[in-house]
Amino acid sequence: MSFDAIPKFKEKAYQIAPELLGAGKTKHPFVIVGSGPVGLTCALELGLKGHDVTIVTAFDFIPHGSKAICFSKQTLDIFDRLGVGQRMVDKGVTWNVGKLFWRDHEDPVFQFDMLPIKEQKNPGFINLQQYYVEDFLIDALEQMDNVDIRWGHAVKEIHIRGEETTLTIETRDGDYPMATRYVLACDGHRSTIRQAMRLDFEGRIFEDNFLIADIKFTGEDALRRPSERWFWFDPPFCPGGTALLHKQPDNVWRLDFQLGWNIDRDAAIRPEKVEPYIKGMLGEDVVFEKEWYSVYTFQCRRMERFVHGPVIFAGDSAHLVSPFGARGANGGLSDAENIAWKLDLVLKGQADASLIESYNYERVMGADENILNSSRATDFMTPKNKASLAFRDGVLELASEYEFARPLINSGRLSKPTPYYDSPLSTPDRDEWINGPAPGHPCVDALVMDNTCCTWVLGALGNSFKLLHFGNNPPNTSMEIISVPTTGLAAERYDAVDGGTYLIRPDQVVAARWKNASKSDVTAAHKKALGFS
Amino acid sequence: MKLNTKPNIRDHDNIYDMITDLHHNMTDDESMKANAKLVLLLANHIGDSAIIKEAIDIASQFGK
Repeated sequence: MSFDAIPKFKEKAYQIAPELLGAGKTKHPFVIVGSGPVGLTCALELGLKGHDVTIVTAFDFIPHGSKAICFSKQTLDIFDRLGVGQRMVDKGVTWNVGKLFWRDHEDPVFQFDMLPIKEQKNPGFINLQQYYVEDFLIDALEQMDNVDIRWGHAVKEIHIRGEETTLTIETRDGDYPMATRYVLACDGHRSTIRQAMRLDFEGRIFEDNFLIADIKFTGEDALRRPSERWFWFDPPFCPGGTALLHKQPDNVWRLDFQLGWNIDRDAAIRPEKVEPYIKGMLGEDVVFEKEWYSVYTFQCRRMERFVHGPVIFAGDSAHLVSPFGARGANGGLSDAENIAWKLDLVLKGQADASLIESYNYERVMGADENILNSSRATDFMTPKNKASLAFRDGVLELASEYEFARPLINSGRLSKPTPYYDSPLSTPDRDEWINGPAPGHPCVDALVMDNTCCTWVLGALGNSFKLLHFGNNPPNTSMEIISVPTTGLAAERYDAVDGGTYLIRPDQVVAARWKNASKSDVTAAHKKALGFS
Repeated sequence: MKLNTKPNIRDHDNIYDMITDLHHNMTDDESMKANAKLVLLLANHIGDSAIIKEAIDIASQFGK
């Protein structure tokens, strides 16, 4: 297998498998396949929870090139719980503002704020090249004795027979078998495992080509450009198409241009073809160096199911979306967060094995929401018929003067956590709540002040089951309690100024809540959230 | 609330006139865009997706 054509950010050392030297584990509790952000995040979470983690990856390097760049607040919250969030934020470019432009109008027709709820620890978004995300996760993993990353070990075959699952791993020193109870297939959109199991995607393929130019500014104006997301409809430098400008760390900028369908993809990335677009967007006198040019098309599709017996698909191996909305990597990391705590508790015998099936329910719902949003954005950006084009242009014409039209402009609805409606793990509300996160919804952050210090709610919740109690009268259970006063922003955000108790899952999703919780309420809801019926 | 499909405007001839006059001297493409804007403005004023859905269902029924 040759990866010569893939640009490399960092080489990683291949090592011969202990199995080929006559040693190695006879059976693994789980094997993670893939060294992208999703697999690495699963690995870190499970490693931190004490499991022996094995990652197999065909790569013996961290790939360079134009991949994910936008990481959402929810993703940063996940990274915080894994101890790598601050490093991501420090390296990343923080942005909250997006601006939309139309044709040659100099002023934006609309601008929006990605963090509508202020006073939360993490920003709405950071931009950070995917290779940094992977590098930081790998750094954390390499410090752990219980994590084994096998670079250059490619899955070749999978055999499932009852309780026995065996992967055949191909290496430059020969093949070897790996027996495992579970497989986390985080091996990307061309997933070897999905193909080996003869499973496929369902959904739409969009007939369009987009040019990505990642460039490094070398001129003086670079620092003056604000770190905002700028999006154009039908700009003079890309007539009839759309374009996007976004800042990344190291003075790298992501420029994205819609090229249309019938194009010569190889010709489109030649510098003499790309540079007129860049100069059209940024001005004739822009000084830059090429980082990476590529053309992509996209699909909005998912597998029918993400759980197939012992094999669990997560990230791009399970679902694909258009990039507008930053829902690919962020959606995948929500998968990782969702499966990791479930697998942890199932392997420790603290939860029912059916908890794995709830991953299928919840993350199929998440994928559907991401696919719906990204399909709608695509339809707005590339109207499919004359009437749709008339509506699109009608919206853009109205928007600068008439406020009602502005929210209709769709350049991508940016990733936010999906509520898990009717999740089998949730206990429906018994009491009347005016607001606050309902069961199945993600927790909201707020700073809690007391006499001595202040703490973020999400920081205090960590990544195990907790009771978040407002007031001084928590139910008498053995569960760890986070007590919060009934005055202040947190109590307001949780609709608990008169008291209340939330049962929070390890992925910081609300499992249940009560105005007045009894011990048996909590016990029953906890049992349900662990998959016991 | 429910979509009102009973006569609801007194100066019906005038309103019909205004709507058709909108397209005076317009190309087909311009007309289509003007209609789109009109639909969006009125939909926003109604502000109730159930009512708009009822209207869409009726509009899609006849003579494709």
